[in-house]
Amino acid sequence: MMARPVTNPEPVLKARGLVKSFGRVVAMDGADFDLMPGEILAVIGDNGAGKSTMISALAGAVRPDAGEIFLGGEKVAFHSPMDARSKGIETVFQGLALAPALTIVDNLFLGREYRVPGVRGGLFRLLDRPRMREEARKHLSDLGLMTIQNIDQVVETLSGGQRQGVAVARACAFGSKVVILDEPTAALGVKESRKVLDLIKDVRDRGIAIVLISHNMPHVFEIADRVHIHRLGRRVAVVRPSEMTMSDAVAIMTGAMEPPAGQPAD
Amino acid sequence: MASNDLPQFASTDTRLSRRVINVLHGNPTIIPLFVLVLGLAVFSSVVGQRFFHPFNLSLVLQQVTIIGTVALAQTLIILTAGIDLSVGAIVVLSSVAMGRLAMDHDLPPGLALALGIAVGSGCGALNGFFVTMIRLPPFIVTLGTWSVFNALIQFWSGGETIRQQEIEASAPVLQWTGEALRMGAARLTIGSLLMLLLAGLLWYVLNRTAYGRHVYAVGNDPNAARLSGIATRKVLFTVYLLAGTICGFAGWLLIGRIGAISPLGGAMTNLDSITAVVIGGTSLFGGRGSIIGTLIGALIVGFFRNGLALAGLDVLWQEFTIGFLIIIAVSFDQWLRRIST
Ligand SMILES: Nc1ncnc2c1ncn2[C@@H]1O[C@H](COP(=O)(O)OP(=O)(O)OP(=O)(O)O)[C@@H](O)[C@H]1O
Ligand SMILES: [Mg+2]
Repeated sequence: MMARPVTNPEPVLKARGLVKSFGRVVAMDGADFDLMPGEILAVIGDNGAGKSTMISALAGAVRPDAGEIFLGGEKVAFHSPMDARSKGIETVFQGLALAPALTIVDNLFLGREYRVPGVRGGLFRLLDRPRMREEARKHLSDLGLMTIQNIDQVVETLSGGQRQGVAVARACAFGSKVVILDEPTAALGVKESRKVLDLIKDVRDRGIAIVLISHNMPHVFEIADRVHIHRLGRRVAVVRPSEMTMSDAVAIMTGAMEPPAGQPAD
Repeated sequence: MASNDLPQFASTDTRLSRRVINVLHGNPTIIPLFVLVLGLAVFSSVVGQRFFHPFNLSLVLQQVTIIGTVALAQTLIILTAGIDLSVGAIVVLSSVAMGRLAMDHDLPPGLALALGIAVGSGCGALNGFFVTMIRLPPFIVTLGTWSVFNALIQFWSGGETIRQQEIEASAPVLQWTGEALRMGAARLTIGSLLMLLLAGLLWYVLNRTAYGRHVYAVGNDPNAARLSGIATRKVLFTVYLLAGTICGFAGWLLIGRIGAISPLGGAMTNLDSITAVVIGGTSLFGGRGSIIGTLIGALIVGFFRNGLALAGLDVLWQEFTIGFLIIIAVSFDQWLRRIST
């Protein structure tokens, strides 16, 4: 494979040599990662390959034992999920990170609520609820997630797809550069999966780079611009869906086939 | 049941049952309120006019002042999916501290009062430390500290009661909460007013500040809260601290209520506070419940006791009825949780 021209853009998010062990389990073993601007990068790998651990490190939820993370070419170290969020990396964690008994608005703004200006907000910590509701409504309708609806509904009364929609809306509502989605369609039926995939494409079309972890190969090959294949705690290949068949990708993922030479591609 | 149409947030399932469930989810105080109103209706028809007499109503309010205040503290803890078995001991320890500091150590009564409340804060901080730093289950921690605080009560008080006249002579401010404003036949004590004021304050904190939303989120799903960027341990610790402080404050109300300072003051407070919280619709599993519900819960306990007594029934039927109410409340919460997932 020929070297690509040097005009390649800088990755928005990049990691080199990430290592993380939990006791004796090595969840990340020198994992590399590159996310290009405006792309949907799918991350595939067997159960326990370390995908969630890797994106948790990128999202500030797990502190790697070793390795480096670069955001827009600059080296960063995240101390908390809030830290990563404030730098534009939003994550929908596996199994969702919503508080089911809180309302849609509460969830959208959880951890970054607006307070009213002046003494009432400063001294009395009064939340600016009208502003949050208005923005919540705007975000949801921007994403086509809303007809007439009740944003004061508690999340647990929503369907799985609706919840996922709220989680995705939260992830891309705050001027984020990168949105990471860990198995967003895992618990959904066919139709609801469809909606979420469309939503993901929508978000990409707004210029946000997306990392999508999924076990669903047809989904991956349908919407990903590139596919990052993860195996035994590290990246073994990056392929383009147009240049590889699904079964070959799965074979690489399970170790039944050697990754193509010259990998990983950029 | 799941809507297949993601963009359509408007519930597509408009069946009455689902709508009712949604309403109950959004307004957890409806059921307790219903029970309270039903109870009032039944008692007034059985007992007659005496029940709604202003004097009787204000008497019930006095009777639930201590329980209500402690239940407010307990609500905060239970919202985080915890439980505090030491609240009753903190109340008494704080009141003993106020009395002893003012009497034995001749501190100015105002200072003794402040330090007594601070003792409550210290107890809460100790609970919070074990729960958040050592990560022990709240049940175990507070069972342990309940015993520790009780020992401190016995040690500090020497098992002796400080009599009403002594307090009246040297530290009347400690009894101030027992003073009553007369409005016709009603006697509204300062303590009852302070409890209502505190409830208003806590309602504001829980519903109108980010901290309050975080308390709910931590109780609802600590992992989700942490991943949302909430400092969960800080929230938990401050909840225990705040609860301890409120119990310290309740120590002051207790002195006003009984006039004297007794080391045996708050034996029933622990269970009664949990009862009020649970009957008020707050879930023992955390993240669900309200301050208003707890006030209603405390009133239900108060009015059922009072009404059953006025109806001439033996005390044992009060316990019997309250016990049933607890079981019904918890079953209802379980049911609501099950159908929503
Ligand atoms: N907090 C943790 N404590 C202990 N072990 C962990 C922890 N998180 C992950 N692991 C282990 O690290 C390995 C990688 O887990 P990870 O969740 O990253 O895999 P994954 O690729 O996301 O799998 P899946 O597809 O099933 O979600 C697994 O063996 C897992 O058991
Ligand atoms: Mg995973």
